[in-house]
Amino acid sequence: MAKLSKTLEIRTSPHVISGYSADTIMFNVVLALIPVTLFAIYAFGLAALLTLTTALGSCLLTEYVICRWSGKPSPLGDWSVAITGLLYGLILPPGLPLWMTFVGGVISVGVGKSLFGGLGYNPFNPALVGRAILQAAFPVSMTSWVQSFTPGRFLSLPSSTLTLPFTEPIYDVVTGATPLAAWKFDRELAGTGDLAVGYINGSIGETSAVLILLGGLYLVLRNMMSWRIPLAILGTVAAFSGVLHLVDASRYASPWFMLFSGGLMLGAVFMATDMVSSPMTPKGCWIYGVLIGALVVVIRVWGGMPEGVMYAILLGNALTPHIDDLVRPKVYGTSRREKSA
Amino acid sequence: MRLLGLKTFRHGVHPPESKDETSGLAIRQFPFAPVLIVPLVQHMGKPSIPTVIEGQEVVRGQRIAKADGFMSVSMHAPASGTVRGIALVPSISGRMVPGVFIEPFPGSTQETAEGTPCPLETATPDEIVAAIQDAGVVGLGGAAFPTHVKLKIPEDKYVDTLIINGAECEPYLTTDHRVMLEQRDDLFMGIRYLRKVTGAERVIIGVEANKPDAAENLREGLPDDLPVSVEVLTVKYPQGAEKMLITALLGREVPSGGLPLDVHALCVNVATAAEIGRLLPHGRGIQERVITITGPAVKDKGNYRIPIGTPLRFLLETVGVDDDLTRVFLGGPMMGAAVSSLDISITKGTSGVTAFTETEVERTYRHEYPCIRCGYCVDACPIFLNPSQLGILAMAGEYQRMAEENNLMDCFECGSCSFVCPSHIPLVHRFRVAKTSVRRARAAGAA
Repeated sequence: MAKLSKTLEIRTSPHVISGYSADTIMFNVVLALIPVTLFAIYAFGLAALLTLTTALGSCLLTEYVICRWSGKPSPLGDWSVAITGLLYGLILPPGLPLWMTFVGGVISVGVGKSLFGGLGYNPFNPALVGRAILQAAFPVSMTSWVQSFTPGRFLSLPSSTLTLPFTEPIYDVVTGATPLAAWKFDRELAGTGDLAVGYINGSIGETSAVLILLGGLYLVLRNMMSWRIPLAILGTVAAFSGVLHLVDASRYASPWFMLFSGGLMLGAVFMATDMVSSPMTPKGCWIYGVLIGALVVVIRVWGGMPEGVMYAILLGNALTPHIDDLVRPKVYGTSRREKSA
Repeated sequence: MRLLGLKTFRHGVHPPESKDETSGLAIRQFPFAPVLIVPLVQHMGKPSIPTVIEGQEVVRGQRIAKADGFMSVSMHAPASGTVRGIALVPSISGRMVPGVFIEPFPGSTQETAEGTPCPLETATPDEIVAAIQDAGVVGLGGAAFPTHVKLKIPEDKYVDTLIINGAECEPYLTTDHRVMLEQRDDLFMGIRYLRKVTGAERVIIGVEANKPDAAENLREGLPDDLPVSVEVLTVKYPQGAEKMLITALLGREVPSGGLPLDVHALCVNVATAAEIGRLLPHGRGIQERVITITGPAVKDKGNYRIPIGTPLRFLLETVGVDDDLTRVFLGGPMMGAAVSSLDISITKGTSGVTAFTETEVERTYRHEYPCIRCGYCVDACPIFLNPSQLGILAMAGEYQRMAEENNLMDCFECGSCSFVCPSHIPLVHRFRVAKTSVRRARAAGAA
């Protein structure tokens, strides 16, 4: 018998791991966003295509440059910055000047992510950070909505898209109000069917609720997304606005309208569920979701703006560490909760 | 807690079971190695004191070392042969420990020496405890804690339920499965002894649902004189951990830092119970045990009754291994320790030998990402710790804080967090390092 001589590798247990990897999860989030993205391009044509490309490109470029500067290996392979870029593009108005889109992308990744230490360390959803800063810097451009499904959308661009940096954008095409703004300022209600399918105006990716929900369902079934967060947000919005609607149907819109309008679906399904900036415990997810849902209704109904999803989620992000601390599960075999760290 | 009608605990993970290749294979006798090396530290506690000298001839089953105090057990000759020496030998922990080298007589029939029987009917509980220590019995599930120590129940404590652990939740291993199929009478005899010692009102044998034939076999042969039942449990890791099993079966939580006795339960592994039932009526000691030899790199996989002290090199040469053998570990893949030397021996605590090829090993070498706070580990930890946060503290070297504020010392290193982590952070490894550091600091503080 041959003498067994072999170099053995040692490592501590476990010697097996589950198939999930951070990059697989991120890649699947990108996959889940593809139908939403394709519909957005179908709805808004060339403008959406250019905006999404610029958004994605600026985010990827920023990540690449910053990592080169700081000497870190390029993290582009983990797909996380692709999610940021795609989501960021999807929450912009379709006619936004491309240079603004670019600036916002640099801010999303540079300020929203890298400044805090990169993947895993960002307290806020980077895409929302970029959009929030654009909203503050360019309030008019950020609330000018190009009409969806215009006949020439694949052949021509709204002139605003190609505005030179630091000049006033001119809107040559018809701009239309979003359903939320129409309701808030003019008390006009869009049909729920149009809202659900996406035949409405609004940000690039917030129009088709059905596709957003399907994408979310896919991720939940693969255990790559918390189902509690979207359920809590949407449930709270429905319940809260439902009560208001019962009190005074002429002043307060119906829960259906509240659920399917604006950025709520995209926010609840793809933004608030960002793993890094949302709570880890099941109980924490419920609290976080209810909080965001309530804030959305409060801002929409009593705030100065027609839409409040972005600020509601950013506030929820800010509270995440405190929520996690508050609802620490009871450790096995102890009667007390873990001491606050 | 119940899940689809089966009892279980909360949280936990589902690693691939990988048991099919050996679960149907009956226990076979493993040949004697040319030299058997019996380490004198095979248990938690003090080394045994050798009672043989170099050149002495011993009979299989004869005692070759005696217990040094209460936290120690006897050792027995795994074969009739000549003592070739007593010297330091490598052990799985990496430490060198004293070991007895025995060269079996060639051509011997290897009859086992009979000792003084410990009769079930007449022996007092104390006599049974002493007989168990004399037989060198330790927990055969892997922990190797001396069984008689566990059975010494303090005056102010009592046991109402004796739990026999047949969960065998570790992937790959099928020894307990085979023991439940092939040693039913030994098992029930062992339970009789254990029940006499503990005074337990009832006995529950917990078996995971992936061993329906074992549960069926035990149920068919339930003796009338024992208040014993078989409970089928959900297949989930770490179901076989003492605390998890107690919670699954009785709904009681063992207090942090406490013992099963604090909730009036006592857990004994099926293989340990069967061994007690096999040895005590004949006054014998543990000289061999059942192990699973398995893994993709092993050619002749199976369950073997193997002499204690069989060197790993002889074991692997006998069953045959693939050329790209890359990692060998004792036990299953979730908690088993990888060996750095093939010169270490099979001990009483070895429940299996698993060998991986490069393919399986490479699968685990993945790029480590930062924690993305996915919460998978939080949902996996059976103790309800927050491994994500503990991991961050470990990287910052905050070991004391981990222990004082985040219940680090409650971690029993099941590895569920590392298993699920999509960022491939070696969480449980860092917790082991942290726990060792905290224990050292505490020992230094106490001294």
